[in-house]
Amino acid sequence: MPLLEIESLNVDYRASRGTVHAVEDASFSLNKGETLGLAGESGSGKSTLGLSIIRLVPYPGVIASGHVRIEGTDILELPESEMQSIRGRKVAYIFQDPMTSLNPVKRIGAHFVELIRTHEPNTSAADALGRAKTILESLGILAERINDYPHQFSGGMRQRIMIGLAITLNPDLVMADEPTTALDVIVQQKILDLLEGLRKVYGMALILISHDLSIILERCDKIIVLYAGQIFEYASSKELHRAPWHPYTQGLLHSIPNIELSDQKLSAIPGSPPDMLSPPKGCRFWPRCPYAMEECRVEEPELIGHEQSHFVRCFLYDKKAGSHIERNREG
Amino acid sequence: MKKTKTKLRSILSTLMPGLSSLSKRGPSGWMVLVGIAIVSSIIVMTAIAPWISPYSPILSRVGPIRAAPSLQFPLGTNQLGQDMLSRILCGGSLMLQVSALSVLICFLIGVPIGLFASYAGGMVDSTTSLVIDAVYAFPGLVIAIAIAAMLGPGVINTALSIAVVYIPSYFRIVRSQVLSIKELTYVEAARAVGAKWYTILFRYVFPNVIPSIVVVVTINFADAVLTAAGLTFIGLGVAKNIPDWGWDLTDGRQYLGSGAWWIITFPGIMIVLLALGFTLIGEGLSEMLNPKLQR
Amino acid sequence: MSEIVKVENLRKYFPVQKSFLEQFFARKTTYVKAVDGVSFSIRKKEIFTLAGESGCGKTTTGRLIVRLLKPTSGKILLNGLDITGAEGEELRLLRRKMQIIFQDPYASLNPRMKIGYAIGHPLVIHGLAEGEEKNKRVLEVLDKVGLTPPEQLINLYPHQLSGGQRQRAAMARSIILNPELIIADEPVSMIDVSLRTAIIDLMLDFRKELGLTYLFITHDLAVAKYISDRIGIMYLGRIIEISNKERLFLNPLHPYTQALLSAIPIPDPDKKREAVDLKGEVPSAISIPAGCRFHPRCPRGMYVCVKEDPELIEIEKDHFVACHLY
Repeated sequence: MPLLEIESLNVDYRASRGTVHAVEDASFSLNKGETLGLAGESGSGKSTLGLSIIRLVPYPGVIASGHVRIEGTDILELPESEMQSIRGRKVAYIFQDPMTSLNPVKRIGAHFVELIRTHEPNTSAADALGRAKTILESLGILAERINDYPHQFSGGMRQRIMIGLAITLNPDLVMADEPTTALDVIVQQKILDLLEGLRKVYGMALILISHDLSIILERCDKIIVLYAGQIFEYASSKELHRAPWHPYTQGLLHSIPNIELSDQKLSAIPGSPPDMLSPPKGCRFWPRCPYAMEECRVEEPELIGHEQSHFVRCFLYDKKAGSHIERNREG
Repeated sequence: MKKTKTKLRSILSTLMPGLSSLSKRGPSGWMVLVGIAIVSSIIVMTAIAPWISPYSPILSRVGPIRAAPSLQFPLGTNQLGQDMLSRILCGGSLMLQVSALSVLICFLIGVPIGLFASYAGGMVDSTTSLVIDAVYAFPGLVIAIAIAAMLGPGVINTALSIAVVYIPSYFRIVRSQVLSIKELTYVEAARAVGAKWYTILFRYVFPNVIPSIVVVVTINFADAVLTAAGLTFIGLGVAKNIPDWGWDLTDGRQYLGSGAWWIITFPGIMIVLLALGFTLIGEGLSEMLNPKLQR
Repeated sequence: MSEIVKVENLRKYFPVQKSFLEQFFARKTTYVKAVDGVSFSIRKKEIFTLAGESGCGKTTTGRLIVRLLKPTSGKILLNGLDITGAEGEELRLLRRKMQIIFQDPYASLNPRMKIGYAIGHPLVIHGLAEGEEKNKRVLEVLDKVGLTPPEQLINLYPHQLSGGQRQRAAMARSIILNPELIIADEPVSMIDVSLRTAIIDLMLDFRKELGLTYLFITHDLAVAKYISDRIGIMYLGRIIEISNKERLFLNPLHPYTQALLSAIPIPDPDKKREAVDLKGEVPSAISIPAGCRFHPRCPRGMYVCVKEDPELIEIEKDHFVACHLY
C-alpha cells in the first residue's frame, strides 16, 4: 500500500472577488522512502497542495473534494483532534520561511520539548531535552546551544533547526516547502544534503516543494509539474529529464541555465502565468504553447498515463489510455 | 441654477460608481457606506434645517416649558419653552463647523510638519518629534480646555483649541509612513534617476502617505465632535443662544431629575450618531486599505 | 578596449547603531564593513558580473557606483572622470549616464504613479523632453522592452501589471535617458523561471542595439554563466577572483570559488556532484577575520593565510585571484 495517495483533490480559495481553483483534480501517490518533487511557479498551487495534505490550508481556502489517504486512511474525514496527532508525528511540514517559523521568545530546547511532550505526554522533560540535544548534534549544531534563542542563529541554522523539529518524532513523511529559497547556494547544498542524509537514516519519504527545478531534478525520484493548479506532467525524474512530454515542461527545462553545458541556448516561454481568478478556457497553457491546437482552446485535457509511470495532461498525446501516440505537432 | 445642476450631476456620476464599488468590498465596504449615509444625512439635515424646522429654534415660549414629546412638539420643549425638534434640526451646524475647521487646521499644520521633518531626518526630525511628543503627552481634553479658556468662546477659537490636541496624531502617522516609505526601492529609484528632494517628497512619498491620512482625518472628525461637545458641556465653547447639541446636553442635565429626559437625550443621541458615522467611515476605510495586500 | 568604469580600493563602512546608553559609554564605534577594498574595471559594452552570496557586498558595490551611497574611501572613475565626490548638480548630470535596475519589480515602481508617467519622469526631471515629444519617447521605449501595445499600457498602475511586465517597465525607465552603463541588481531573482530568459535576452539585445555596458549583480551563478563576459566573485566585502566566464568555470583557482561552483545544483538527475564541503558559516561583516578573510573556512589554509591579507594578482591572462596558494 502506498504511504500517501491523493485522488482527484480539489482545493478552492473562496474570496469575495471570486473563486480560485488553486488545486484541480490532483492525483498521485508516494511510497515509503521515496522523494517527490512538486515543481511549479507562482500561482501553480504547489504550496496549497502541500498544505492540504496536512489540512492546513489557510482561510479562505477550502478542500472542495477528493481524497487524501495516508496509509489507507482518508484524512479528510478525520476529526480535527485525530488530525492533530497525525501532524508532526506521521507527517511533518517544514514551512517556507525559517525566519518567522520559530517562536522568538522560546529557547530552541523548548521548541523540541514542547513538540515531544505534546505527542508523547509520558516523556519526562529531561528525556525530551536529551533527545533534542542528540538531534541538534546530528544537524551539525553544538548541543550546548540548546538554550539559545532563535535570533542567535543564522538563517541556515534556523532552517536546520526546522528540519530537526520535523524529524524529531520520526515521521513517515516530511514535506519541505521551498526549503532553500532564502538561502545561499552553499548553505542550500548543505541543507539538502542534510535532509538526504537524515532521510536515509530514518527511512522517511520526502516531498520537496520548490520553484527551483534544478534542485528538484537533482534530488527527487519522482517529479510533478504543476501549472495553474493542475498537474501537467508526472514522471520519474530520469524520465522527465530524458523525455519531457508537456510543452510547458520542455519550455521550463530549456530555460534553466546548466553550468555544465557551454554555449547553452536558453529559450523563453512567451506570456505569463494566468490570472487564477479567470484562467483561460480550455487548456490553461494554450496562450503560451507553441503547439496549441483548436481543441486546446476549447476543451480541458485530462491526465492520461503511459504504463502507469509517465502521466501528462496535453492533447498532443492520444486520449486513449495505454499506448501513447504523439499527434502531428503541426496541428 | 443650470450650472449647479450640471455640476451636481457630474459629481454624482463620479460618486455613484465609487459608492457602488464600495458595497462590493464586503463588510468593511458596508461600514463605510453606512458611515457615509449617516454623516451625509446629518449634513443635509443641518443644511436644510432653516427651511424645515417648524419653529425658530431660539424663539422662547413657543410652547409650555418642559413639555413632554407630543404631536405638536415631537421632541418636547426645554426650560425656555423652545421646540426641541427645531433645536435638534439646527443644532448640528455649529458642531459640524467646529469639527470641520479643526480638522482642516490640523491637516494643514500637522501634515506638512510631519512630511518635512521626517524626510529631512537627523536633528530636524529628532527635535520636532521631541516637541510634538511633549504636546502629545498632555491629556487632550486638558489642553483643549486650557486653550479654549484662554481664547474665549467662538467657532474659530474652539476649533483651534481642538486642533492643537490632534496635530500630534497627524504628525506621528505621517512621520511613521514617511520613515518607512523613504527606504522603499521606488524612492531609491527616483534618487537614482536624479530627482530633486522636493520632487521625491511630493511625487513619490506624499501620494503614498495619503491613504493612511484619510483614515486619521475621519477618526479625527469623530473625536473633534466629541471634544467640541465636551467643551460646550463644561461651558467653554460657543456663545449662548445659538442652537447647539452640546449646549443642550449641558443644559438638559439639570432637568433629568425632574423627569424631563427629552431635553438631554435627543442632543446626546445626535452627537453619538455623528461621531459614530465618522468612526464607521474611518474604521471601514482602514480595514479596506490594509488587507489589500492579501495574496 | 576602453574602460568605462574603474573602481579603486572602494570601501563602505556602515556604523552600527548604538543603543541610547551605548552612545555614552562605548568609546569606539563598530562598523559593518560591507565593502572592504574592492578594485576592478568594466570595459565598454561588456557584461561584468559581480557574484557571491548574500552579505558579500555586491549589492552595496553596485549602489556605490551609481552613487546612491557615498563611499567611505576609495575612488570611482566613470570614463576616466573621478566621480567619487560628485554632489548636487554635477551628480545629477552624471545620473544620466548610469542607471540601475532593482531586484524587486514589486517595489521599484511608485504604486501611485501610472507607468507611462513614471517611465517618462526622468525626461522631465532632467528637462530633456516635455509633452508630445516625451510621450513619443515613452511609447518608443515601451515598445523596445516588449510592453505592447504601448498606448494601452501607459495608463496602467504597477499593480495592474505582472511581475515580468513590471520589470520590463523598470528597464524601460532605465534606458530612456540613453545611459552608457546599467547596473542590474539581481534583476531576475524574483521573477518566475519561465519568464527569466525573456528578460535576460532583452538585456543582451540592448547591449547590441544601444551599446550598453552592464554591471550584473547576482547570487545565481548559473545565470551569471549564461549572461556574463567576465565574472568577479566576492566574499565578505572583497573580490577574491576575477576572470572571463569560461576560464572561471573551467579552472576556478580560489578555494571559495571552487566550493561555490561545486554547490550549484545541476538540473540533471543522472549527474552526481562532488561538492566541496565548506565548514562553518560566513562570518559577520563586523568582525572580519584577520589575514585572508576566508582562512577560517578554507580547506587549504596555510600559516601565511592567518597573517597576511592576499592581494588580487594576475595569475594567467585576464585571470586574477587573491589567494596565498598562488
